[in-house]
Formats: sequence, C-alpha cells, structure tokens
Amino acid sequence: MEDSRAGTRPRSDDPHADPTLTRLVEDLDEGFAVLVRHEERVVYSVALRVTGAHQDAEDLAAETFLRAYRALLGYDGERIRALRLRPWLLTIAINTWRNSLRSASRHPAAIPTAELPEPRSDGRGVEQAAESAETQRELGALLARLPAPQRAAVVLRHVAGMSIGEVAEVLGCPEGTAKSHVSRGLASLRTIHRNASPAGRRAI
Amino acid sequence: MTTEDPFAFGDLTEEPPRSLVDLVYASWVAVPGPLGEVFLAFTRQGVEYARPAAALPDGDGGFRAAYRARFGRPLRRADAPPAGVLAALSGRPSRALRLHLPGLSDFERAVLAATRRIPAGQTRPYNWVAAQIGRPRAVRAVGTALGNNPVPLLVPCHRVTKATGEPGGYVFGPAMKERLLRAERVNLDEVGDLARHRVFFIGSDTTRIVCYPTCANARRITERHRRGFRTVEEARAHGYRPCKHCAPAAAAPA
Repeated sequence: MEDSRAGTRPRSDDPHADPTLTRLVEDLDEGFAVLVRHEERVVYSVALRVTGAHQDAEDLAAETFLRAYRALLGYDGERIRALRLRPWLLTIAINTWRNSLRSASRHPAAIPTAELPEPRSDGRGVEQAAESAETQRELGALLARLPAPQRAAVVLRHVAGMSIGEVAEVLGCPEGTAKSHVSRGLASLRTIHRNASPAGRRAI
Repeated sequence: MTTEDPFAFGDLTEEPPRSLVDLVYASWVAVPGPLGEVFLAFTRQGVEYARPAAALPDGDGGFRAAYRARFGRPLRRADAPPAGVLAALSGRPSRALRLHLPGLSDFERAVLAATRRIPAGQTRPYNWVAAQIGRPRAVRAVGTALGNNPVPLLVPCHRVTKATGEPGGYVFGPAMKERLLRAERVNLDEVGDLARHRVFFIGSDTTRIVCYPTCANARRITERHRRGFRTVEEARAHGYRPCKHCAPAAAAPA
C-alpha cells in the first residue's frame, strides 16, 4: 500500500490512544462511521481546496474514505492502533488527487473555469482582506491556481492546520521542501491577488 | 500565525454538503423471501448484493463479511428495503427495482438482463439466454455468468435450467434451486417426464404455436391439442411458429 508509512506512529502502547482507533479495532464498520464523522470536514475541505470544485471534492473525499476502509480491512488491531488518523487520511487524499491529476493529464478534461472566479481587487492588502468571509472564499478559489505541489502544501498547512513536519510526512518529501512549497505558494497567491485586472480596481 | 506565514487565511474549512457517511456506506436489510429471510445490500444506485439466510453459515454476520470481501465497502443497517425488492422476491416483476452491478462485464450484465425477464413459475434453458443476448454459442459462459450473479432471487437465475429440463447447477446448490422452482409451482416432474420422452417443446395444434413446456401459453393448451417436439426445427417443419412470449431457442439438447 502506497500509504503504509505515513501516519504510523512508532509505538502502539500509547496511553492516550485515540478512542476512534479503539472502536475501529472493536467493530470496523461501526468505528469507521465515527471516523468519517470526525474527519469528514477536514478531508472534504482539503479536497475542496486542492480540486477547486465541490463535486470533485465530494468525489475525492468519498474515494479517500473508501480507500482508507479497504486498507483497514487488511490491517490487524495492532496496526490500526498505531495509526495517526488525520495524516494517514490526508496522505490517501493527496495521493488519490495526484493520481487523478496524472490520469487527467493523459485524458484532459474541460477545466471548470466557472468555479475559478476572477480575483477581487479593491486595493486592500491580502492580510487585511482575509478578515472578511467573502475574501476567505476568494482565497480558497485562488488556491486552485497554484501549481499542484505548492497547492497541496499550502492547503495542508493552512486549511488542515498541519505542522510543516506533518505536511512533509503527507507529501512524502523533506521538511525543507515542504516549507519552501508553502512559502512559494503563499508568495504566488499574493502575486495573483495583486495582479488582478486593473479595470476592477476601485479606490476606497 | 507565525512570521513565516504572514498570510492570514482564517478558517478555510467547510462542512461537506451532505455527510460522506451516506456516500461511503452501503445499507443492509433482511427481508422475507421465498425460502425464508433474504439479506440485501444496497447503495443509492441500487441493490448490489443478495443472499438467502439459508445459504449463509453465520446469519447477517456472514452476509456482511461476504459483502465486505466482495465489495470493500462498509455496511450499516437500514430500516426498509429499496423500492421494488419485496415485489421482485414474491415473483412480481418491478420496474421500481434498481440494481447496481459494479465490476461485472458487459457480457455478464447482458446475461442478467435477459434472465431478469423470465417470469416466475417458468424456466428457460441456458441456450435460451445465450440466444437472447446474441451469443448462441456462449452457453457455458452463460452458466458461469449466472454462477457469479451478485443478486440471485432478484435476478432469478434459478429459472435458468439445463436444456434437458433438469434444474442444473445453482450458486447455492441444486437442491435449493429445485426448492425455489417448486415454490413457484414449476412442474419439474412433468418437465422431467417430457424430457424422458425426448419432448422439450410443446405446441398447440389449433394455434400452431410452439413453446417451452413451462411457458404460460403452453400450460393453457388442453390435453387433446398438445403436441410435443424434440426441436423447434421439427415443430417448424410441421407448420408451427415459435411463441413470441417465451421465444424458444432453435438449439435442441444433445
């Protein structure tokens, strides 16, 4: 399994074991519903921010949970107890998304431009603008314009709220690389935001 | 935010529009069937899997394990079966019944679609199914496809029999096939008697139409007007035409 290394902790006798893991070991189908309810917001949000479209995000998130379930079917109790669920799930999500990009580049489909709104440009700085809910949505949409590795890194860091170490683990790259993807991604976002069409600019 | 991350995103997470539990899970339910309880698994796309309790070693636990092994999808219990299931299990065809058959080949789907049209209380031979789907020589492959039927009873593969009239093999064993056919009032004894006399088709000398012996039209023929034939060709030679309802296939049993 491609995801077998990420999201596994070295020790399985952790006294603060995640109760969801215990339920998964006791009854996989019941425990898995608890897992889905706990993690669906994060998995769906990451899927939404990397794919940029609600329907694709729902498909990717559902596929992620199905793949996770199929992996769990082959795991014994000890291996399940050793999982760190969120990094493990997001590793599956990111790998599934990357694979879909690869097959999409072999079979190009129409780009959902309707879901990539033009960036708003009211002259305010990004940092201030981020305070409004509307701008939050814009920033989310702008993420879809970043190259895939930067997009994944920024989404894991700033949507899923992971540490750089966890981002590196999920992406399967060194921490330095993860850090540079995040900072380059943010720099590109700023540039995209700044270079928005001048016709739309209005003085406040 | 730390100084290296000056970009204040705030919360960019949102709830999925509907819970992913509903997308990821299939449902299971136990319903009354012709020979006791039947377990079903279904998604929003339709029924995926059916097994009679009598064929399982371990009740619903055995059913759920078998479904998991075949489909790799978690299951939760539903309150009610999907539309059309109860009608189909009591032998009434239902347009409302939706089947979802992932992982089957086009050939297997065609076999199941043809088999689904066989009415309760009637049987058709394997070569009839092969002829119906335009693959008259693929008789053995039809048998294999029916043995892999994920939704027996809903797609009544027990109504497909050997060309000799014997019930033949079944996914849950020949004894259950015979019980199912007898429960639908298929007169297997009569079919067997006819076969011993090398009669595999029944015609009416008034309508000059030839049928399979279990066809509703054949069963309406009164004793003195019944004529038996070994092959459809033989019947044609006597001026009979094949019934449009049961569409007897040209091939005769060896």
